[in-house]
Amino acid sequence: MDGAPAAAPASVEEARQRIAHVPLVLNRRSFNWLTQRISEVVEQPAPRWWWVIFTITASAATFGIFCIGYQISTGVGTWGNQIPVGWAWDITNFVFWIGIGHAGTLISAILFLLRQKWRTSINRSAEAMTLFAVICAAIFPGIHVGRFWMAWYLAPMPNNWGIWQNFRSALMWDVFAVSTYFTVSVLFWYTGLVPDLATLRDRATTRIRKFLFGIFALGWRGSNRHWRHYEMAYLLLAGLSTPLVLSVHSVVSFDFASTVIPTWHTTIFPPYFVAGAIFGGFAMVLTLLLPARAIFKLQDVITPQHVDKMAKVILLTGSFVGYAYAMEFFIAWYSGDHFERYAFWNRVFGPYWWYWWFGMLFCNMLSPQLFWFRWCRHNVLVVFFVAMCVNAGMWFERFIIIAGGLARDFLPSSWRVYYPTWVDIWTYIGTIGIFTSLFLLFIRFLPMIAMSEVKTATPEADPHYGESPEIESLPAGGKERTR
Amino acid sequence: MITTPYGHTVYAMAAEYPSAAALYEAAKHVRDAGFRRWDVYSPFPIHGMDDAMGIGKSWLSGWVLFGGISGFLTAALIEFGPSSILYPLTVHGKPRGFFTVPAFFPIMFELTVLFAAFSAFFAWQIMNRLPRWNHPMFNWDRFSRVTNDGFFLAIEARDPRFTENGVYELLEQTGGQHITIVHED
Repeated sequence: MDGAPAAAPASVEEARQRIAHVPLVLNRRSFNWLTQRISEVVEQPAPRWWWVIFTITASAATFGIFCIGYQISTGVGTWGNQIPVGWAWDITNFVFWIGIGHAGTLISAILFLLRQKWRTSINRSAEAMTLFAVICAAIFPGIHVGRFWMAWYLAPMPNNWGIWQNFRSALMWDVFAVSTYFTVSVLFWYTGLVPDLATLRDRATTRIRKFLFGIFALGWRGSNRHWRHYEMAYLLLAGLSTPLVLSVHSVVSFDFASTVIPTWHTTIFPPYFVAGAIFGGFAMVLTLLLPARAIFKLQDVITPQHVDKMAKVILLTGSFVGYAYAMEFFIAWYSGDHFERYAFWNRVFGPYWWYWWFGMLFCNMLSPQLFWFRWCRHNVLVVFFVAMCVNAGMWFERFIIIAGGLARDFLPSSWRVYYPTWVDIWTYIGTIGIFTSLFLLFIRFLPMIAMSEVKTATPEADPHYGESPEIESLPAGGKERTR
Repeated sequence: MITTPYGHTVYAMAAEYPSAAALYEAAKHVRDAGFRRWDVYSPFPIHGMDDAMGIGKSWLSGWVLFGGISGFLTAALIEFGPSSILYPLTVHGKPRGFFTVPAFFPIMFELTVLFAAFSAFFAWQIMNRLPRWNHPMFNWDRFSRVTNDGFFLAIEARDPRFTENGVYELLEQTGGQHITIVHED
């Protein structure tokens, strides 16, 4: 789909140029340039726009925290939740945020195992995004239990009658999955950060920066005897995170799939949720990185090639998701189950009909299909538009699955359409504020691009660089070369 | 113990190299000269450097295996202990004894990963003797470039083959620049 088919190459030289790898770091930037450009973001005073946006997001976060406090002190009645819709925006937001985290782990772990060197430009900020998204997600299961002070029941310890948790429950699995996911993501992220913290320590000009970066850099000195264990640890953490990330959203989907509600009780849920999570997560990575690369002039590090590849991942996972939507409808028809058929009829024509037409059909199924065209993948505005569509669409999808499934259950006399209250709405906006504020703090205080990893993606990092003209002219593209 | 005329203890003789490729070649020469207590320093891991230095695979993986097994056993303990022995409850109509195990798999998996990840995280620090915030190499002012674009090689004075002239010549022959003595204190 790369436009009109090109004419046959005139010479061997031209053919070679056409298939040559595009370098991952453009304009042959030196190691020093990379260090300088990436560290500057942290070292220079915060620009004015940063303060403006931070003030807005921090205000939203503060009001969201107020809403959480109001909900805890008053009760779940401040939300629109009412039987039969016992789960609504709360669990929708939980699944939405936890899903966003998945792209970060996919980039940092799965693409590492697949030796995709292009991940080095985006993995640090994607992992940070994962952590902040999981923090936002973790708020909701805690507060939706109603009696927040009893949330310790989630921990595996007996209550005062000596009764233990039910370890056979999908909700208990969820507690372990999400807390493990967060902890392992922090360990992986910090491990990757140590060499870059050492860079900031060595560049620090003030005593306080030298002290703090010095503490957290653990005295890293780039020794190869250290790199040896470090790389093994990094590889193993990537290997552990890979099944972990696939398990987390599978377990989240078990919360639904192990019930008997029509549209929930399906075996397609684990792969469907995981694909949706990666789909939504990549959209959020693009939402954060497209403005960041323009503002901080990082186009030589986060190149059009990176955006192109992320767009392709969105196209792939978006098509998985579209296939899963279609398969749900097919199975609902094929099963011959009246409740299942009616529930899916409701999805399209029921009380939440426009959520389906706009969110699932337009945003999730149709808009990513633009990425079949190279022109769309290389147009930043189109990419940003699709990313925003997917962000919205994935939230709608979770809402339709959760509230749409519950609003019309088996007993028509108990049917009820759910409407959010202002507390629902502002709690959600508050978590967007928390997420964005944390990300803004991250780009101010930590290197948003993994410097030590991006350097390995340059041709000069090759130990055989300069030995033959081939290595010099063919920059390391595509494949990961570190161990 | 070697000391300088000013009374400093010598830690190592070190040199800077212009590129990763130069450092890689130099490491092979130092390895072949039979040195044992030496190291190279670079801003990023250099592919193949472990072989160039003659050091084998990292056995950090052993600790991770140990951590994973202990995580699995911990999960088995906290699941079977309460649910089958301390306070058996029949829920969802699922069995209470060993045959409930499929419902226990998710937590077993999660704790295996959690403990293995903690082992990996602590093992890379312990095996590297980190955190160690002071190190003789930091006494060399040029060394601050190691986290930016500097490539360094240092042969420690406690290496049995260390002689001032011999090491100096070796570093010079391999293309080392700014050859210097690094003080211990």
